[in-house]
Amino acid sequence: MPFGNTHNNFKLNYKVEEEYPDLSKHNNHMAKVLTKELYGKLRDKQTPNGFTLDDVIQTGVDNPGHPFIMTVGCVAGDEESYEVFKDLLDPIISDRHNGYKATDKHKTDLNFENLKGGDDLDPAYVLSSRVRTGRSIKGFTLPPHSSRGERRGIEKLSVEALTSLDGEFKGKYYPLKSMTDAEQEQLINDHFLFDKPVSPLLTCAGMARDWPDGRGIWHNDSKTFLVWVNEEDHLRVISMQQGGNMREVFRRFCVGLQKIEEIFKKHNHGFMWNEHLGYILTCPSNLGTGLRGGVHVKLPKLSTHPKFDEILTRLRLQKRGTGGVDTASVGGVFDISNADRLGSSEVAQVQLVVDGVKLMVEMEKKLEKGEAIDSMIPAQK
Amino acid sequence: VPFGSHYVILNLYLCSAEYPDLRKHNNCMASHLTPAIYAKLCDKATPNGYTLDQAIQTGVDNPGHPFIKTVGMVAGDEESYEVFADLLNPVIKERHNGYDPCTMKHPTDLDSSKIHSGNFDPNYVLSSRVRTGRSIRGLSLPPACTRAERREVERVVVEALAGLKDDLAGRYFSLTQMTDEEQQQLIDDHFLFDKPVSPLLTCAGMARDWPDARGIWHNNDKTFLIWINEEDHTRVISMEKGGNMKRVFERFCKGLKEVERLIQERGWEFMWSEKLGYILTCPSNLGTGLRAGVHVKLPRLSKDPRLNTILNNLRLQKRGTGGVDTAAVGGVFDISNLDRLGLSEVQLVQTVVDGVNYLIECEKRLEKGQDIKVPPPLKYFK
Repeated sequence: MPFGNTHNNFKLNYKVEEEYPDLSKHNNHMAKVLTKELYGKLRDKQTPNGFTLDDVIQTGVDNPGHPFIMTVGCVAGDEESYEVFKDLLDPIISDRHNGYKATDKHKTDLNFENLKGGDDLDPAYVLSSRVRTGRSIKGFTLPPHSSRGERRGIEKLSVEALTSLDGEFKGKYYPLKSMTDAEQEQLINDHFLFDKPVSPLLTCAGMARDWPDGRGIWHNDSKTFLVWVNEEDHLRVISMQQGGNMREVFRRFCVGLQKIEEIFKKHNHGFMWNEHLGYILTCPSNLGTGLRGGVHVKLPKLSTHPKFDEILTRLRLQKRGTGGVDTASVGGVFDISNADRLGSSEVAQVQLVVDGVKLMVEMEKKLEKGEAIDSMIPAQK
Repeated sequence: VPFGSHYVILNLYLCSAEYPDLRKHNNCMASHLTPAIYAKLCDKATPNGYTLDQAIQTGVDNPGHPFIKTVGMVAGDEESYEVFADLLNPVIKERHNGYDPCTMKHPTDLDSSKIHSGNFDPNYVLSSRVRTGRSIRGLSLPPACTRAERREVERVVVEALAGLKDDLAGRYFSLTQMTDEEQQQLIDDHFLFDKPVSPLLTCAGMARDWPDARGIWHNNDKTFLIWINEEDHTRVISMEKGGNMKRVFERFCKGLKEVERLIQERGWEFMWSEKLGYILTCPSNLGTGLRAGVHVKLPRLSKDPRLNTILNNLRLQKRGTGGVDTAAVGGVFDISNLDRLGLSEVQLVQTVVDGVNYLIECEKRLEKGQDIKVPPPLKYFK
């Protein structure tokens, strides 16, 4: 992200305290970790692509945060950011990801056959199932830093890879800047279309630059596998369908991802991954699996039970409204998904969703019959 | 070789792969940024490291409006106007009625005694106002400034303003430290400025680190106001109720000269050149950076279909009383000069004075049932 950084060397003419941001009213992970001393230590560094400390933290400086919600407050501009700025990012990662240490290793498991069950969530309660993740393409910088040329390169490679898929993955790419009105209308009706980001968390990090250049949406003909190109990450990959067959959703997710990855590898542009941080994405909160597996589930009684939040915490799940993050639930229908991203595998995280949702539906049924659920409340997973 | 320039380090792509898609764009930058000019300038940077892509980002991100042509680019520092002259000069020429920085000189004249007939009929003119901007030479402009530079702008200007006396004596209110009461008072006085929300400004990076080093200074009489580190290093505003534009301009000139003297005492100066006059962030504000205007009641004239032609010929523009991009309410207009560069402050203020007097005459004639005439177009610097 160019702003405030292309003259990083010039900035060094000023003393640390003159450049150090005022974080006295801030409440995000970056502000908790970035002392003046640490700022002084890292401010003359930059990644080989020219991403600097100020680029990493700009979004956190511009968005002080919320008294109750702890945002991350920083982004990576490339794969190397996680190494060059590890003194800042490792403590943030640890804070955000349950004490994950700099020496920990992350397990990747995209073998859907390792998932137990998941094909029998009661469709009377579970309205839809979805798994999403992100992928970054090695050799390119990330959305906060990428130039137009890079973004177009990412798009070109992605379209090549995606349009070569066949069978259940046969589909079509819709570039944002040249879709017809009819196509746009259809994508909106399918709830597939993504908009230019308006959240200042993203815009202050430079992710909306040059919109809609290089951005687009690909989906398969059956509308069960969807890829966003150059939104908040190089790729966001989504598998979904109506009903409760999470197993099938996860199968398609794993198979599709692996097919896509093979094609990128052939072009010497595999996905960014390492054994410590798993899949490398723009926001440190999405490291590891980058996976959010979830369902829309009707839990009108359970959601008003005084122990609902505690149950979710113990199951390592989180709730959102059906509009997604920062929305409220409507009609007792919740978006329930895994809370963790780093330190456990894809299979493990989806397993938690499958088992946890199954349990909560049973609790809901008990409450419908006027029975107590105290004996069903699980131990901390 | 500019250190830290994105294109020097990551020189993987030909300029043509980076050239923005401007086919749906309607702004001055898009009109003049040919692939050839882009290729010539794309690997250049100012001594502080500001690049072409940064300068044009706001214009790439904001394609514009079919009817309103925005400028579509900004300067990150004084040197931007030199390093990117191949693009900025045609943009300046288009925006400022053919003014050619290569061949022309801009006149600066802050001698308010030259204004005549500048006291309007208060039955029509509700308030009078003159604003401009000033940049501190040696410090980067809002799109590019570091936190330290921005804080230095604040320090330099606030120190200077503390030296103002008599009717200009006043106080500074830092955005980071003002109390709730102070904030409410500034809102009630219509002095408080907010973090910019317009994407024209945010896409150019001007809202970074908000509200660090931003603030408002005003004199005790509340007739002289300075914004620090909003869209420019400083925005300077002189205003009062009623129609005494001459007095408003007198205070404006006196205040500006005093502030200039006070910063010069400390070894600083304003960014100014013979070619471009006062250097500001947006090319549209070069020259005088001056907008002199009134809120004036013209209920009958507002309904006359000849109004826009009259205004155009008088080199005036109308806005609603909420400022740019607002509508007129109750026949009350904000009328101000169209031009900024190529004419001096005195010339522009006199243009407004003459023009507003003419509009009031028209309104009075319409009141008496008499007809009005469209004046011939004013000659410009050409």
